[in-house]
Amino acid sequence: MSLQATTSQTVGPFFKIGFEWLYCDNLAGEDVSGERVTIQGRVFDGDGVPVPDAILEIWQANAHGKYDHPEDTQDKPLEPGFKGYGRMPTSADGMFRLATIKPGPVPGPNGKGQAPHLVVSVFMRGVLRRLVTRIYFPEEPRNAADFVLNLVEPARRSTLIARKAAGSAGSLEWNVVLQGPEETVFFDLGL
Amino acid sequence: MKRVAAYRAPDPGTQPNHLHPTYVSSMKRAPAKPQVAIPYTLSEVTGPSFGAEIVDPKASDLTKQHPGEPLGERIIVSGRVLDENSRPLANTLLEIWQANAAGRYLHEVDQHKAPLDPNFTGCGQAVTDAEGRYRFVTIRPGEYPWRNHYNAWRPAHIHFSLFGPAFATRLVTQMYFPGDPLISFDPIFNCTADEKARNRLISVFDWETTMPEQALGYKFDLILRGREATPMEE
Ligand SMILES: [Fe+3]
Repeated sequence: MSLQATTSQTVGPFFKIGFEWLYCDNLAGEDVSGERVTIQGRVFDGDGVPVPDAILEIWQANAHGKYDHPEDTQDKPLEPGFKGYGRMPTSADGMFRLATIKPGPVPGPNGKGQAPHLVVSVFMRGVLRRLVTRIYFPEEPRNAADFVLNLVEPARRSTLIARKAAGSAGSLEWNVVLQGPEETVFFDLGL
Repeated sequence: MKRVAAYRAPDPGTQPNHLHPTYVSSMKRAPAKPQVAIPYTLSEVTGPSFGAEIVDPKASDLTKQHPGEPLGERIIVSGRVLDENSRPLANTLLEIWQANAAGRYLHEVDQHKAPLDPNFTGCGQAVTDAEGRYRFVTIRPGEYPWRNHYNAWRPAHIHFSLFGPAFATRLVTQMYFPGDPLISFDPIFNCTADEKARNRLISVFDWETTMPEQALGYKFDLILRGREATPMEE
């Protein structure tokens, strides 16, 4: 333990120059198995004003609940064409949208599977270290026993669960609210 | 049930608080409620990996992306990516972006009345080698004004983005230049309370990597979070 992690700094307003080459808002190609979902939402600041210069990154397991990473040693299949990574900026009106598949359950710290979820990093001008949150799924019976959801006070859990949106099946809505009564739950991972 | 080893929490003051009132944009964007501490799970100790296969080897030379030479002073920025346990992180992706020599970004939102350079885009990528080393060739970015406070100017800086081995290790930061008089006035630089920690964001002039009649060398090492030795108790 001889070194100390480099201090974080904001991405600033001009991250598009550096990040655009890896933009990806469609995580699952046609051959990837799983229930198709689209998640659409907006990022709002403390005045309720949409944030036009935020960027979200997604990390998720595949439909079997397997991460494409060497530390996931579960005996479950990987799927070619599914990496589980997404990166989407918000538009001028603070909107983002991603198309993916609902992940399967992955192991949790209580010996039970976690409810299906995406982990999310949020970066923007004004944010000095990334914000970490999760997107869970509506009408999902596993949510009730999810270890992480149960660490959140009940009144705020809904900020982590996407809502069914009008339109086709699988259309979901989930917002990032930075301040105020509806403030999104952000997690402390130390960074 | 296999336990998951946590990543080490940062020492107090070595990472910025979310709310830093002198950085005005944080006022309406820093979360106000306490963050919820959660244990590390498989979701946070895994993460996307991007190896050399997705990066064009030419992407690490920002002076060769156009037919002509960019204006400004050529520099070489190199260093190592290590974790807190001093282990080199091989095959990890770095992304950089920066202003041109006049202090102007190739970005529609940048309204600074300084010229764009048709021979400079200002972005690059590199992947570390087996010893965790990386190297970029670029030009020294110019300082630029911003509207945070009266007569506010950002010190010269290069934005860095790294993934590392896990979701937990993701880092976005900025590299500064030694001797820059604007650093001490910069609210973004000064948002980190610990002086030693923030001073590690300042690169070091390096004669060894300086190339005769070509470019000055600057060293900048990046440290990503390291793993605790033992798995967490449940
Ligand atoms: Fe900048």
